[in-house]
Order: sequence, then structure tokens, then C-alpha cells
Amino acid sequence: MPRRSAAVEDVGIEIDEDETDSDDGGNRRKANRRPAGGRGGGGRGRGRGKKAGSDEEEDDEDEAPKGRGRGGNRRKPGNKRGGGKNNGDDDDSEDESPKKKRGGAANRKKGGKAQDSDEDDSDDGKGKRGKKGGKKGGKEEESGKGKKGDAKGKDKGKDKDDDKKKKKKGDSSSDSNSNSDEEEESMSEGEMARLMEEVEEKKKLIATIRNKPWRMKRRLVLLKEAQQFVDKFEGALGKGKGRKWYAYKVMMTKKWIKFQRDFENFRTACIPWERKIKEVESHFGSSVASYFIFLRWMYGMNLVLFGLTFGLVVIPEVLMGLPYGSIPRKTVPRAEQDTAQDYSVLMDFNGYCKYSVLFYGYYDDKRTIGPLKFRLPLSYLLVGIGSFGYSLMLVIRTMAKNADVGGGDGEEGEFTFAWKMFTSWDYLIGNAETADNKYASITTSFKESIVDEQENQKDENIHLRRFLRVLANFLITCSLGGSGYLIYFVVKRSQEFANRNDLSWYEKNELEIIMSLLGLVCPPLFETIAELEDYHPRIALKWQLGRIFALFLGNLYTFLFALFDEVNSKLDEEQSIKNASIWAMKEYYANYSRLLNDSDATPPPMSPADVIRGPCWETAVGIEFVKLTVSDIQVTYLTILIGDFARAVIVRFLNYCWCWDLEAGFPSYGEFDISGNVLGLVFNQGMIWMGAFYAPGLVGINVLRLLSSMYYQCWAVMATNVPHERVFKASKSNNFYMGLLLLILFLSLLPVVYTIMTLPPSFDCGPFSGRAKMFDVIMETITLDLPAFMGTLFSYAANPGLIIPAVLLMVLAIYYLNSVSEAYQNSNMELKKKMQMARDEEKNRRNNKDSTNQVMKDLEDLLPNRSLSPPPEPEKPPEPEAKPTKTKPGSAGKGVNLQKDVALASSNPNVRGPVDRPPGPRGPGPGPGAGRGRGRGRGAPPS
Amino acid sequence: MGNKQTIFTDEQLDAYQDCTFFTRKEILRLHSRYHELAPHLVPMDYTNEPDCKLPLALIVDMPELKENPFRNRIVESFSEDGMGNLSFNEFVDMFSVLSEMAPRELKAIYAFKIYDYNVDNYLCKEDLEKTLNKLTKEELTPEEVELVCEKAIEEADLDGDNKLSYADFENMITRAPDFLSTFHIRI
Repeated sequence: MPRRSAAVEDVGIEIDEDETDSDDGGNRRKANRRPAGGRGGGGRGRGRGKKAGSDEEEDDEDEAPKGRGRGGNRRKPGNKRGGGKNNGDDDDSEDESPKKKRGGAANRKKGGKAQDSDEDDSDDGKGKRGKKGGKKGGKEEESGKGKKGDAKGKDKGKDKDDDKKKKKKGDSSSDSNSNSDEEEESMSEGEMARLMEEVEEKKKLIATIRNKPWRMKRRLVLLKEAQQFVDKFEGALGKGKGRKWYAYKVMMTKKWIKFQRDFENFRTACIPWERKIKEVESHFGSSVASYFIFLRWMYGMNLVLFGLTFGLVVIPEVLMGLPYGSIPRKTVPRAEQDTAQDYSVLMDFNGYCKYSVLFYGYYDDKRTIGPLKFRLPLSYLLVGIGSFGYSLMLVIRTMAKNADVGGGDGEEGEFTFAWKMFTSWDYLIGNAETADNKYASITTSFKESIVDEQENQKDENIHLRRFLRVLANFLITCSLGGSGYLIYFVVKRSQEFANRNDLSWYEKNELEIIMSLLGLVCPPLFETIAELEDYHPRIALKWQLGRIFALFLGNLYTFLFALFDEVNSKLDEEQSIKNASIWAMKEYYANYSRLLNDSDATPPPMSPADVIRGPCWETAVGIEFVKLTVSDIQVTYLTILIGDFARAVIVRFLNYCWCWDLEAGFPSYGEFDISGNVLGLVFNQGMIWMGAFYAPGLVGINVLRLLSSMYYQCWAVMATNVPHERVFKASKSNNFYMGLLLLILFLSLLPVVYTIMTLPPSFDCGPFSGRAKMFDVIMETITLDLPAFMGTLFSYAANPGLIIPAVLLMVLAIYYLNSVSEAYQNSNMELKKKMQMARDEEKNRRNNKDSTNQVMKDLEDLLPNRSLSPPPEPEKPPEPEAKPTKTKPGSAGKGVNLQKDVALASSNPNVRGPVDRPPGPRGPGPGPGAGRGRGRGRGAPPS
Repeated sequence: MGNKQTIFTDEQLDAYQDCTFFTRKEILRLHSRYHELAPHLVPMDYTNEPDCKLPLALIVDMPELKENPFRNRIVESFSEDGMGNLSFNEFVDMFSVLSEMAPRELKAIYAFKIYDYNVDNYLCKEDLEKTLNKLTKEELTPEEVELVCEKAIEEADLDGDNKLSYADFENMITRAPDFLSTFHIRI
């Protein structure tokens, strides 16, 4: 039985062995970490028996290990062969003979099983050995600590430490005869260490039991045993001071694990909409879900921007700034007051809205506000720049992370069919419609691959396709260029129109009409042309996104163009108003001092509502952006409501009384428009970035929008849309979306930075009024608030003599990093190629090997190992020993299995040897021995 | 809180948490799902580990599995008797392996079992054909099926025995980019 299980576990998937068998295997497994497999078995059996008999704990902990030791001892005379290998423990237990209690039965069993268990160890150590090797060292040190404490308690002092060292040696399979003199004293010590190790093993088992491919029942049983074992022996291991410390440590680890578990639960609970998105994903595939994940990501980023803006700008102004109506910029002008509360005015963000905290103009230009001396203008500027900085950083970081993920598993085309067969079904799908679509898409993809495979050699098709693709791109470039020119033309014309007054309705709205027409016509046109290209829908989506993006850039361009025109005219107007108001003031003061003969003039007694003021272009720009955002929200939501919902309702209910099948025929239900939605989101974000500086409230509006959009679109997509005809998987890294976002970020960064750096701020509104440039705030802070030397420092830093070298340095750094990354990429490619070659070679060799002489193979197997192992004596014995045991499994009806393993294990000895066991005396004794035994043993049966 | 105590003891819940990738809440949820499948068969009180199994037909009807072409194989692979009768332990086991947190190695083992229709520890051509037909609802012609299966074996077979052993399968599946994302079920 055990043999069978061992053989079976080689393959690693047999989990159906009956309970006792597997139990046995498990025990052995655990026990086998120690050189003497038999011991472990004995100890265990005994330990369990004791538990049943409910002996005293102390007794137990002392005796269980001893029993084990004895087991090993007994075997020795009976089974000399094992001696070499198991020296390490035998010497520990040699002195125990007088106290032998263990019956022979276990030993006999062990004799048979010793190698078996070794083999078992090697099997199950396959995966774990590396870990174990590393961990064991640490563990042993730990146990060493515990032992020291022990030593004090028992007055055995030095001996133990020595013994401990020796034990380690023993474990690492070196001969440890030299220690024989100390053995009498150290017995319990060594056992203690071993026990400790075993406890650690159990703990490891508890931690990893969920990763084991065992039946749940068996897992539960093993877990319980392991826990009992740990509970029983754990506390007993340290004595005195060490014991307390140990117990404390154990408790803390437990607590820490618990905390980690709770924290993990908490963290996953904190990610919002996970469930919603999964639901969408299960119905519509991951491509649609990728949009929602992108939306969620945007929401997260905007929340941070919102926190920055509101926490550092808006709320301080509301709490500490002057209240509404105190100064002109915070008051609605007299002329507008009658209509300031009208709904239509408010909807245009004029009236009270315009003179509220939402917009730039409302903010006070005093250097500090409130009792806290909050430097509002400075904070305003820094938050404006900081939002850009944060967004840039976040986008780039996310891109880098995604690229990392994407780069991990390349190697396309190696397992096309196998992958398609085993991984194309998405187990998440729980909806009949989606399942049908998935079946269809899998079938198509198989057919595609078959066609690809069959027609890989034929060239004409490829040429045709290439030609079609070139043609499609040509057509699209043409239409893009055409629409670009159209936009340019219309903008020019509108500038002409701006100077005239006799305009018809069409001429007034020409720009908007053309723009929306283009937006309406072009995307479907592109889609139609893209059919020519016949790309995979995932790639087609990218192309489509890129093309529509280019089109929308025209949109953006016209918008900015119009805006700058407006700003320029406002600036002119402002200049004249500024002059006029200064003139008026001067006149007033002149009159005042002339009439009253009083030189210290008081300001004119005017209500703040009556003061003449400039147009405040910043607020105008802000209003423009807010309007645009709001209208965008309205349009999006209405489109969903009409285009999707109404359509779905009509199709669904009119279908009962219609002459053709509406659901399957023409209107049908809408599909979720991924490219449109993603681009909408990206452009909207661009508007936010551009507008946030002039309208801090915009960020808040955007957060609300994203939040509602999440729920609304989730609902809409579930209620009204049907899955795509070809459900396709989103690319793992949605770096394409991120790339678009980054581009938009740069584009929106430019105008804002331009205005901050060059345009003069309005003279009577906003936090920077009265300064020549917006960034003067920083200069002001440097000169007034920081110590003088800082000012000089900054002036040095701003010296071109320093800046130019700095820029040069950065360029150099970029160049260097770039070339380094290129080199890495190259070596990466090389490695991949090498892996591919190795794989091919391996394949070939395996194909050929099976027929070649087994003896040759065995010899080959032996060579590298022998050359590596420095002490040949202890290594050799296992060889002959291994063979017989190994042959048995072969004869036990699992021959096929083993033969298979032969092929696998022996295929590439040159590679395996060195990798398997690097520097000589590593790991525990059985490790290398068993490994070798295995390789060779496997060689035997086929011959 | 009181409700929890009546279904499982705390030790049981902890043990399940140690043995699976689920949290306490999810285990209770799983139990309620299991209970829903056959309210008259499954007791609410699991503290004394009652012995009760649900037949394949009931489990396969869960919405999570209903659309899956391999549902029968999944349930069979996780049942101890190989016939698809699942006890609660095996039920939990199944969803634990299929959960998002399970490591690739573990998933690969069970995937191999699932695709191994004739339970001989090899994926031979017949297994692949069955898999393929399930995947495509038998829409491919026999020649195409033949071709695809041959190609798949050719790609993944390392030792040239014209069938996939677990080693071959693992080697192939661990490199598959989509395996982890597709081989899981949320419950």
C-alpha cells in the first residue's frame, strides 16, 4: 500500500488513495524530514497511542522522541545498509538501547519502509526542498536558542550546544562519528531539537495545508493532528526563561497570522464594486469589465484629487476666508442681482454659482487667511501643480506595473492549441446567453487557428490582407485629414463671424453642429472601414480607440482655440476696465483730498456689489469647463437612457406585434460600446485636469459623476445591453487606456502651465490678483517667509548655469537608463530563445532517448552527481538500496507510471544534477541521497 | 452570531479556514448554499459532522456551474467516489480550489483531473476530443477536431508518447497567461 502511494505521488495527482494509506503517507511525509524515516513513523504511532491512553504530558514529550530514536536504532542491526545514510540520527539514538520499549513490529515495517519513505521524501521534497533547506537553517537556529534556555535548566551546558552543532551536521548528511563520545548526555537534547523541528514542520504544514491536493477530510484530520501535536509539544520545548520567551513568540505569531488574515479580509472588503464588476464580467466578458475597472481606477484617482483640492483650498476658504458679500469678488454685481437666482442662470453657472467657492474668482488674494494664517494663494497654486504631479505619477506608475505584469508571460504561439483547449473556457460565466456566445467565440477562434495553421504557408492571402489593411489605413487617414481640415476651416470662419453681427442661426452654431456631426458620423465610418482589416476584435478595439482619439483631438483643439480667443479678448477688456477703474479711483481720491483737504483718504463708500470689475477670465474659463463637463454628463446619461434603454424597451415589447423579429433582426439590443465609453471617460478626465485649476469645484462634480456613472452604467449594461457577438478577453494590461490617459494628461497640462507661466492674472479676482504672474506667489513666499539664505539659495538654483547642467544630467540619466533597459530586453530575448532551444532539445532527446540503452542512461545519470559529491562513501550505499525498492513499485502494477517518470527524470541529467543540489553538503541527509536514488531507481524498471 | 454557533463550532470554522482559501463568512455562505440545494437532506447543524452527500444532479444545477461544459467532470473529480456525490467537505474543497486565491499548482492538478475523462492519469486523444467537443458544442468537423487534438498534443507533449502526462500538462498550463483568470469560480 504505502509503496503504491509513493509511486503515485510521484505523479502528484493521485488523491484517491484510501484513508489509511494516505494517512500513513502523510505521517511518513512529516516524519521523513528527518533522516530516519522509520523513526518518525515509530514516534508518531507511539505519540498517538499515548494520546489515546491519555498519559502525562511530560512523559509524552520525553518519550515520544526517544521512541523514535530507538526505532532508528533497532533498524540498524537489522538493516546495515541504511547505516551509512542514516548515520546522522543513529548516533543520536545509539545510547538509547537500554531504554528500548518499542516493539519490533514497527521496526520491521520500517526496514521495509525506510527507503520507501526516503523516496517519498524526495518526491514531496521536490517542490519543497529548496524552501526547507533555507528554512531549516533558520529553524535550527531558533531551536538552538530554545535549547540554550534548556541547557541552563538542566545544567548540561556545553554538551548540548556541541550536540546541537553535531546534530546539524548529522542532518546535513555528513558523517558524525566524531560525536559519539558526547552522545550519552546529549540524547534528550538532540531529541529536543528534533522535536522542535518537527513542531516547526507541523506548523509549516498547518500554514500550507490548504495548498495540498488532498481530500478535505484528510486535510481536516491531518490539520487536527498537527495542531494537537503542536499544542502539546510546543510549550514544552523551552524551559525556564527560554520557555516563556518561546511561548510568547508562539502566541505572537498566532496573533500575527490572525491579524494578517483579518487585514486581508478587510482589504478585500474595501475595494468597492468588486461584486458588481464581477457580475458584469460574468455576463459580458472581461473586455466590458475592463471598462468598469478603468472607471473604478479613475474614481480612486479623482478621490485623491478631490481630497487635495477640497482639503487644502476649498474648505479653508469656506471656513476661514471672508464670508459672501464682504468684498466685491465675493458679491454678485448689482446688474446681475435680479436674475442671479433664476434657474436658467444657475444652470449656466452664472449668478450665485459664478460668485461661489466653486470658481477661481471667489478666492481672496490676501497672503494669509484666518487665525491659522493659512497661506491660501500659495496653497492654491501648489495644489494646482500637485494634482498634475500626482496624476502623472500615478498614471506612469500604473503603466509600469501593468507592463511588468504583461511582460511576465510572453511566448505567444508556443501552445496555441493546448492553451485554447484548456484555458479558453471562462469558469466565471454563469449566464446562458454569455455561455452561448462563449461557445461561439471559442469555436470561431479554433476555426481561425485551424485556418491559420493550414494556410500558414500560403502567401496570397497575406498579401491581400496586407493590401486591405494598408487600404483601410489610407482611407482612415484621408477621412481624418478631411475632418481635420474641416474643423480648421470652420474655426477660421467662426473667427470671421465673430466680428459680424448679422448672423443666421446656422452661422452662429456652425462650429458645434459640424463638430457633433463629425462625432456622430466618423466612429461608425471607421468601424466599417476597419472591417476590411479583419483584425482580432481586441486589436481592432485598439485601432478604433486610437482613430477616434485622433478625431476627438480635433474637438479638443477647436475648444481650446475658441477658449484662448475668448481669454485674449477678455484680457483686452480687462486692461481697459482696469485702467478705467484706476482712473476713477485716482479721480475720487483727488476730489476727496481737494474737497476735504484731507490727505489720508478713506475708500469710497460703495457697496461691494457696485464696484466696477473686470471680466475675470479665469472664472470664465472655469465656467466653460464646468458647463462642458455637465453637458457631457447629461449627454452620456441621456444617450444611455434613449439609445440603450428606450431601444431595449421598444425591442422587447414591440416584438409581440411587429412584422419581423425585432430582437434578432434590425434594431436588436445595443452592445456595450467600449471604445466610446473609454474615450468619453478619458476626455472627460482631460477636461477635469484642465478645468480644475480655474474651478476647484469641478473635481467634486467629477467625483459625483464617476460615482453615479458606476451604478448607472452597471445597471444599464445589465438591463439593456447584450454581450458582444464575439466575447473577447481584454488584454491583461490595459496599458492602452493608460497611454491615452497619459497623452491627454500631457495635452491638458500644456495650456494650464502656459497660463500659469505667461498670462497675467485678473487684477480684481482670484487668489493671485494684483500680481504680475501667478507664480509670483512662490517668489513672495521665498522672500518673505523663508529665511534669507534660502532666497539666495533659490536664486542660485534658478541660475541658468546650474539649470543647464542639471538638464544635461537628466538627459544623460535618461539615455543611460534607456540603454540599460534595452540591454535587459536583449538579454531577455536571448534567454527566451535559449529556453526555447533547450525545450526543443529536450523534446528531441526525449523522443530519441526512450529507445537508447538504459545502462547508458544510468551511467549518465551517475556521472554529474558523483563528480559533485565530495565524500563518496556515505553517498554510495543508497544506490543499490534504492534500486530494489524502486523496482517494487514498478512491479506493483504502476509500471506505466514509472516508466513515464524514467523518461522525465533521466532526460537531462546534466542540467538536473547541478541544479538539484548545488554546493555539496546542503540540506538534510536524505535529500541528495534520495534524489539520486530516485533518478537511478527510476532507471531500473524499464530495462 | 448565535446563528453561526449552531452550524459550526468555532474550531470547525477555524479548521476550515486553515484548510481552504475561504474566510469564515464565506464558509458559512457555502454551507447555506449547500443547504439550499437540498434543504430536507442537509442538516443545519454541522457540529457533529453528519454524514450526508448530495448527488451530482443537484450540484450541477447551481447557477455557478450550470453553464459550464465541464460541470459533470468538475463535480466528479472532487467527489471521493468518483461518481459525483459530494459531501459538504468535498463541496467546500471544490470551491476552495476554484477560488481566486488558490495557487496555480493546486489548480493545475485539479484541472488535469477534470480534463482526464477516463481517469487514467493521462490526457490522451479521446480526452482531448471530448474536451474540445464540449467546448465547441460539437460544431467542428471530425477532421478539424482531429487536427486540433493532434496539434495540442504535439505542442505540449514532451516525451513523445502521444498523450499528455501531468508533467506535460503542468509545463503547458503554468505558462498559460489566462489559466489563473479563467479557472476560477466565484461563489
